[in-house]
Amino acid sequence: MLTILFDGIAYGMLLFILACGLTITLGLMNFINLAHGAFAMTGGYVTVVMMNRYGLSFYWCLPAAFFVSAALGAILERTLYRRLYQASHLDQVLFSVGLVFMAVAAADYVMGGQQQLIQLPPELSGRTEIIGIGIGRYRLFTIVVCAFLAMGLQLILSKTRFGSRLRAAVDDRRVAMGLGINVPVVFALTFAFGSGLAGLGGAMGAEILGLDPNFPLKFMIYFLIVVAVGGTSTVSGPFLAAILLGIADVAGKYYVPAIGPFVIYGLMILMLIVRPNGLFARGGAR
Amino acid sequence: MIALETQGLKRRFGAFVVTNDVSLRVERGARHALIGPNGAGKTTLINLLTGVLKPSAGCILLEGEDITALPAHRRVKKGITRTFQINQLFGEYTPLETLALAIGERDGIGGNLVRDLGSFDDVVDEAAELLSRFGLGSVMGQRTATLAYGKQRLLEIALAFASKPRVLLLDEPAAGVPEDERHEVLKIVSDLPGDVTVLLIEHDMDLVFSFATCITVLVAGAIFAEGPATEVANDARVKAVYLGESA
Amino acid sequence: MSVVADGSRALAPMPDDAARSQIRRRSRIRLYELVIWFLAVAAIIVLPSKMLILTEIAILALFAVSLDLVLGFAGIVSLGHTAFFGLGAYVAGLFARHYFAEPVAGLILAGAASGLLGFATSFLVLRGSDLTRLMTTLGIALMLGELANQMGWLTGGADGLSGFSLDPILGLFEFDLWGRNGYIYCLAVLFTSTMIARRIAYSPFGLSLKAIKTNPMRAAMVGVPARRRIIIVYTVAAVMAGFSGALLTQTTSFVSPDVLAFHRSADVLLVLVIGGTGYLYGGILGAIGFTLLRDWLSVVTPQYWMFWIGLLLIILVLVGRDRLAGWMQYLPGRLAQSRSSRS
Repeated sequence: MLTILFDGIAYGMLLFILACGLTITLGLMNFINLAHGAFAMTGGYVTVVMMNRYGLSFYWCLPAAFFVSAALGAILERTLYRRLYQASHLDQVLFSVGLVFMAVAAADYVMGGQQQLIQLPPELSGRTEIIGIGIGRYRLFTIVVCAFLAMGLQLILSKTRFGSRLRAAVDDRRVAMGLGINVPVVFALTFAFGSGLAGLGGAMGAEILGLDPNFPLKFMIYFLIVVAVGGTSTVSGPFLAAILLGIADVAGKYYVPAIGPFVIYGLMILMLIVRPNGLFARGGAR
Repeated sequence: MIALETQGLKRRFGAFVVTNDVSLRVERGARHALIGPNGAGKTTLINLLTGVLKPSAGCILLEGEDITALPAHRRVKKGITRTFQINQLFGEYTPLETLALAIGERDGIGGNLVRDLGSFDDVVDEAAELLSRFGLGSVMGQRTATLAYGKQRLLEIALAFASKPRVLLLDEPAAGVPEDERHEVLKIVSDLPGDVTVLLIEHDMDLVFSFATCITVLVAGAIFAEGPATEVANDARVKAVYLGESA
Repeated sequence: MSVVADGSRALAPMPDDAARSQIRRRSRIRLYELVIWFLAVAAIIVLPSKMLILTEIAILALFAVSLDLVLGFAGIVSLGHTAFFGLGAYVAGLFARHYFAEPVAGLILAGAASGLLGFATSFLVLRGSDLTRLMTTLGIALMLGELANQMGWLTGGADGLSGFSLDPILGLFEFDLWGRNGYIYCLAVLFTSTMIARRIAYSPFGLSLKAIKTNPMRAAMVGVPARRRIIIVYTVAAVMAGFSGALLTQTTSFVSPDVLAFHRSADVLLVLVIGGTGYLYGGILGAIGFTLLRDWLSVVTPQYWMFWIGLLLIILVLVGRDRLAGWMQYLPGRLAQSRSSRS
């Protein structure tokens, strides 16, 4: 039982790292980016290539996954996404679905369609008994890393100049520009950072979530749920939502494998019925 | 008889009280003006009356019937409609289609999905007649988005007329209309049958005094003064707070 | 319903011939419509070897026309339209397998089932932003897909449902090996449905739909009951999507959870975007374009055609959908104009 809870938390933490970039692009910049999972997949494949082809250490792969995905995010933001901030939601959907399709096919072409496996370092594999509970070491590692990331994120957004600039840019673009904030740069950095985190999540999740070319499609709905249920005004909202989703999903698959997914989709739809606008409203101002 | 009445109407946006305990009574057939400095909450009041916004407290009575809980489209059916300060039109439709839409909804054929619109001759004829009354007959087949601003403004008002309201709320109808067409607009409005009640928001005081018989002054979301036009015009407090400021 | 002259009207409106003819011209049959249907029928004789792909096109076209009612007219962005397609497909398959293998009966039942689902779920798309609508529609389709996967005893699970064959259409026309009768059947359903959709589009109801889409606040202020209108059109569209799903099952004698997969919802969006939204024939033209393109791509790059479809989507969006899809409306429009000036 506790093992499942623990696995669920690890899974939820991963989902949070994967989805928190989307919280910002979708929730704050109001851009429907269904391609977010593609950045996560990039991070995963970077890890796979570095480890399996060049034999580099897993620990080196994580920052590399972050930076490659962030760079990719920055490039795409500057060249493509930027043009569509003002476009209709339908256009954003079509554009990002197109991007997903391209990413899926490209991954298939470059890496092949099979599930990718990575060999974790010995100290991270296996289980440890802590107060009688069997805990996967890698799960523990994931939880610790993700918890630090979440706290760091909270600090960045609430305490640093960059955080306040971002919030200003999102609240009112024009006023922010008037205050001398370089809004396009803030947006680009934010987008890149969010993509980087997704890439990191993808790298860490390769072991837990699996990695194949359909990754962006498979997890799209999960990312969306995290954003929808968690709201966008805080870091803790999506964090809690991700943890809950993780536990529910793991427990559901374990105890009631037949109806696990329904529970999650059903809860999401219920949430959307109860608070159709509130979930996305910024800080409940309206 | 009272056509439109509000009792203790209140609307908050967060901590801001935009409409504060407004109890308004508009006589049937009145030419009633609602004036007040910018930010007094005039448009918010109109939004509350027509159902674009929901009040935080208070109620709205239309000819004695409580309409507070009704959605906007049901209120229109009950006989109250409005124009918008900023044109709210259907850019892809022609003026003819726009008015046919409103007339069709008024006549209760809007839900008909088996008959061609073109087979409702009386709807089309009435739309065409209304358009020519507003001087839009020559452009009735053009896309609304391509029309000159003045024409769009006229269509905005014609569209409210098409619903044949018994209570009509005009939110700065003459805003942005060129000087020579302004009187046309006002003439059309004052030519309305005597039993149609008109509530007008306007900044142009000449216009207000030439049109309104009764004036309500709104300041900071609350009613500041109210009475026959001549009385309000001579009210020292009103002059101080409002007229003095703008004149 | 005939509208009796209203005595309370102050001025009896003068008959206005210009206005009447302008309004009537909206629903006039355009030349391009005749050309499309003529070619579709002529294909039966001219392209006997292409019946299977033409059937595929007709089914996809019907699916896209149905989405156009939702997206192009009512302005609802759906990422889960395939829920109705898939449900129709399964209902038709199960009905043929267990009860009665006459296709038209199965078609009607499938349409009814999807319509019911459409009606029930329409309440979920009434409120909220584009994003909530996207997610609810997507969620519903995913749930159904999961259901089809899990209920193996009924649906055959991931392997799909097969092992049934259909009786002759109306007891008269056998499904032949070349797919000729199958194509004619699909074409007939497509034609009927498109004509119904067309009727709706040019009715007062259709007029109010696009008004809701362009300016919901003003639409309310002229008395349009938006919620009721959206419920109705969403249900009608679901019925048509159910039809198209049923056609797929009946012409292939097979259903698998693939009919509920996300890529179908995305594909049909793309189809509609290629052809242009809001005038019904966009779905048909888009289906032709999309199917031919996909077929060609899957010959050139069998495994990776998805890449090029994705690229096409991105280009479409960046260049501007209106500008690219515009040409379709332009050309037939010109033809129609030249025709009317001659007559």
